[in-house]
Amino acid sequence: MNEYSRKMLKVPTYTLLREQDKDKLPVLDVRNLGIDFGGLTAVDGFNITIGPTEISGLIGPNGAGKTTIFNLLTSVYQPTRGSILINGIDTKGMTTHKVNKLGIARTFQNIRLFTDMTALDNVKVGMHNEIKCSFLSSLLHLPSYYKAEKKANQKAMELLDFMGLADVADKKAGSLPYGVQRRLEIVRALATNPSIILLDEPAAGMNPSETTELMHQIRRIRDTFHIAIFLIEHDMNLVMNVCEAIAVVNYGRIIAKGTPEEIRQNPAVIEAYLGREEADA
Amino acid sequence: MQILQYLINGISIGSVYAIIALGYTMVYGIAKMLNFAHGDVIMVGAYISFCVTNYLGLPSFVSVLAAVVVCTVLGIVIEGLAYKPLRGTPSLAVLITAIGVSYFLQNAAQLIWSSSPKNFTSVVTMDPIVLMDDKLVITGEVLLTVAACIVVMVGLTLFTSKTRTGKAMRAVSEDRDAAQLMGINVNRTISTTFAIGSALAAIAGVLLCSTVPTLMPTTGSMPGIRAFTAAVFGGIGSIPGAMLGGILLGIIETFSKAYLSTQFSDAIVFSVLIIILLVKPAGLLGKQIQEKV
Repeated sequence: MNEYSRKMLKVPTYTLLREQDKDKLPVLDVRNLGIDFGGLTAVDGFNITIGPTEISGLIGPNGAGKTTIFNLLTSVYQPTRGSILINGIDTKGMTTHKVNKLGIARTFQNIRLFTDMTALDNVKVGMHNEIKCSFLSSLLHLPSYYKAEKKANQKAMELLDFMGLADVADKKAGSLPYGVQRRLEIVRALATNPSIILLDEPAAGMNPSETTELMHQIRRIRDTFHIAIFLIEHDMNLVMNVCEAIAVVNYGRIIAKGTPEEIRQNPAVIEAYLGREEADA
Repeated sequence: MQILQYLINGISIGSVYAIIALGYTMVYGIAKMLNFAHGDVIMVGAYISFCVTNYLGLPSFVSVLAAVVVCTVLGIVIEGLAYKPLRGTPSLAVLITAIGVSYFLQNAAQLIWSSSPKNFTSVVTMDPIVLMDDKLVITGEVLLTVAACIVVMVGLTLFTSKTRTGKAMRAVSEDRDAAQLMGINVNRTISTTFAIGSALAAIAGVLLCSTVPTLMPTTGSMPGIRAFTAAVFGGIGSIPGAMLGGILLGIIETFSKAYLSTQFSDAIVFSVLIIILLVKPAGLLGKQIQEKV
């Protein structure tokens, strides 16, 4: 069935990876996504479908356009071509905070916590749209303020505890060790109640034991919150172990897609990473 | 006892600067722009209060309330019409627009109220407190100004640390993009900031003209510039910094007028600023931003 007849019949054609996701709407459905910066095409013809509880990876050499794709998905950039559907809703023209409300959250390659706030407050900023309490009652400390605050604190603490960060809740985010900050950023993203979370190099700067711990945590996040995870990572050990599907990009285009096993064998991927091997070199 | 009297007067005028400086510092912290029209919002607030009292004959607290409401709306409108379309453009464009808005407000005020000075009636009707055989006089204006300053300071501190909107403001001021990804509406947050800053400007305008009762279309510009200096002096972006900077500036100004020279008081104030900035470039309570290499 070609693209045209699909549109006409409006038949979902998704064959989602995981048994649990069968017959469900993909959480992220990206079609023919592209962006040009001036004359430079940074991303072109990017397609991906991610099921509601899938862990997917995005890999590629430096400068391949991976973070640009994340910026497109979160409406930091508006695409030149193509469409992004989050839970079936087209994000065209939406601002970042609206896209976040649709259910997409992310972390950053270079950690961008609110360094002056405590870890707990960082998480509570993530819960911004959840805490409903009027101006006046928060200023005057009416009972409804305490109720909303208590509920928010409780949920924030639970989330921190989930990632093993409960004991640093009152510390300023900027004072925490690097690995802890990375985990706190994930907690903050989780606090926005996402249905998919984008992790931009979550293991960057972590030591091997922290990375192993992170792999467990990524799986635990999926299994506990039943959400999809889409990650950029250079640590191949993590990507190959955690991801169920991997997309490889180079020069802004997908050069391969498949399971970790397929990717490992793919000559185009090997070439992108190691360069072409001359037959008689 | 003379020195005590000067100190009290200094704290009083400094409190007005502090309230104005808070508007500068909050807008700078959150929208990352210098709103040079802020001083003229003060003037508009004072005119509104003047009109409500003198033309409508309503009691002074109504006039203050009217000034606050009008200035809040004015702040939101200025931000929406003049600054919002320029979001994402170089900061110089926004700065020049702000200067344009400043002139626009001054000229509009001249058109409406003419350039001849109005005699502002103080909103305070209390008799001054006289202590130590007439040597120390504390006027009602002084008490009101200092009280207003304390209330504003405490209120704003609670607001930014406790409320949801306040937290959103802090988040936007630290990292706008990350805040947006947390579902925070940055445009609305900036708009709220302008609303609060302009409401404070209205209060400052009434307090200023109650102390110095001459009201002209240019009334706001000099106090505005002094308050901006105070905000930089205390560390721009910092709420306690604006407070401290404002009060210190008021004290320095009063003392230099009393003991050194009335004519050169501004020169002295700005010299102090230059010296402080040479020693502490981020201001008294400002954060030193370290660039990571």
